[in-house]
Amino acid sequence: MTTATLTSGLMAVRPEADATPVKETDMAATSAATPALVSTPDNSVSFGEHFSNFIRAVLPPLIGFALVIGLWALVAMKSADFPSPAKTLDAAVVLFSDPFYQNGPNDQGIGWNILSSLKRVAIGFGFAALVGIPMGFIIGRFAFMNSMLEPIISILRPVSPLAWLPIGLMVFKAADPASTWTIFICSIWPMILNTAQGVQRVPQDYLNVARVLNLSEFRIITKILFPSVLPYMLTGIRLSIGTAWLVIVAAEMLTGGVGIGFWVWDEWNNLKVEHILIAIFVIGIVGLLLEYLLLLIARRFSYGTN
Amino acid sequence: MNAIVKVENVGMAFETKKGSFVALKDVNLQIRTGEVVSLIGHSGCGKSTLLNLIAGLTLPTSGVMLCNGREIAGPGPERAVVFQNHSLLPWLNCFENVYLAVERVFSAKEGKEALRARTHAALEMVHMGHAAQKLPHEISGGMKQRIGIARAFAMEPKILLMDEPFGALDALTRAALQDELIGVMEKTGATVVMVTHDVDEAVLLSDRVVMMTNGPAATIGEILEVKLEKPRNRLQLAHDPHFAECRAAILEFLYQKQMKKAA
Ligand SMILES: Nc1ncnc2c1ncn2[C@@H]1O[C@H](COP(=O)(O)OP(=O)(O)O)[C@@H](O)[C@H]1O
Ligand SMILES: [Mg+2]
Repeated sequence: MTTATLTSGLMAVRPEADATPVKETDMAATSAATPALVSTPDNSVSFGEHFSNFIRAVLPPLIGFALVIGLWALVAMKSADFPSPAKTLDAAVVLFSDPFYQNGPNDQGIGWNILSSLKRVAIGFGFAALVGIPMGFIIGRFAFMNSMLEPIISILRPVSPLAWLPIGLMVFKAADPASTWTIFICSIWPMILNTAQGVQRVPQDYLNVARVLNLSEFRIITKILFPSVLPYMLTGIRLSIGTAWLVIVAAEMLTGGVGIGFWVWDEWNNLKVEHILIAIFVIGIVGLLLEYLLLLIARRFSYGTN
Repeated sequence: MNAIVKVENVGMAFETKKGSFVALKDVNLQIRTGEVVSLIGHSGCGKSTLLNLIAGLTLPTSGVMLCNGREIAGPGPERAVVFQNHSLLPWLNCFENVYLAVERVFSAKEGKEALRARTHAALEMVHMGHAAQKLPHEISGGMKQRIGIARAFAMEPKILLMDEPFGALDALTRAALQDELIGVMEKTGATVVMVTHDVDEAVLLSDRVVMMTNGPAATIGEILEVKLEKPRNRLQLAHDPHFAECRAAILEFLYQKQMKKAA
């Protein structure tokens, strides 16, 4: 077992990462941690109190939305090009009443556009996970691989994934796989880095358990490494899905075809600004849902700290 | 008496950023089969370092460590460790945590049913059968430590190493677990090396108390034989003159001979 002594040049922030055994005082502090505050449901809470809690939770976001819409209405009044909230709402109702129509390759419902963007993200993302997670394990576990690949990753990671689009077009000779390719590129870095970080941060205690029990390499991977790396991996996945969703819109604008990014560009050419505004909301909401979904998954796999 | 563990002229130096730090120097100790030895000393003197050397988790920079006449080259299931912070795997329930150890040691000779029976027996021994299906974060600190002890005993090790096993527990839980441990040791006749900084605990549980000098370059200062009948009962011991003598001897060592310089 060499993991404990690996150094990480890859990770930007690793404040407490250190392979030295935890000091006794720390241990005592963590093991004796007070139980988290548990709020007991109180039946005596009056209806009025419930109501005021509800108001306090809902009112501020409502005010926020109202302000934005008000501002938007004001701008729309001053400018001839800018559609008003009411006009946009009308357009949205029309759009969403038939989201899955198909009039040839370049005129499809917004539902199809969203789905085909999501499909590209899923494929690029899946390949990134397939390559990135094993690579993260290798980098995290072998110091040599870490030092070998770290400089390369450091150089490539800050590059906008769109810079890779021409390479994708050249290699795949088609727009669709090229935009999937950019998704692959932008998703792979967080996956590699977070997985590697997770592997390097497997608590020394657990590795000591493995050593004392003399567990086989297979058992170490399945019972110790994988479960303790999983939360880090999920963080990597969550970070990459966020970027992937950002990048797909831009990539599709450049490549065309069917997809929400292309649709935005198309509506700009048709000068349907209200559709662009709708697209902005839709993209935001889909991104939020993706993030939320992954948070739910991550919560499922986070074990109570003991 | 035959010694199961021999520590001969062992030294341990750590490489640190400020150069080499000598934690242990010229440590000589023999641990006999079936005896309970506790290591006591001020915080930071090197008790854990010595225990980890016996466990094989670290290797000495000088001297020889033998277990059963063979050099200790690494950890092994014949030297089970109870960690101070229990070190249960949080994604496995109590049963699975113990089973992992049992499986490793006995699966070559025994079938699944026998392994499960062993695991249940180990949990029953520390009265934790009822929590078999619970995850570690669902049980209290004392209970976790019991599972840690069950895991170690379930491996039927030749020697059991414990690093301040009850250090993080409150006084009452601690006393309950000490009694529990007395019972388990009585039943199994285990050889035990235990680190502690609690004088009463050392006298109550051990046949010999190894007192360590302050670091750096700590070594063994004195060894005290505790000649009290076993099994011991903490209530009766309170009035036993030899118990008081032992206590006094350790306190004198710790607070006069090894007075900590104003920390
Ligand atoms: N891995 C390590 N690297 C450097 N110094 C260490 C390491 N482990 C322990 N030490 C030092 O060795 C001394 C003894 O530590 P330890 O055995 O943990 O003491 P304790 O008696 O409290 O268990 C301490 O001064 C500690 O700082
Ligand atoms: Mg210690």
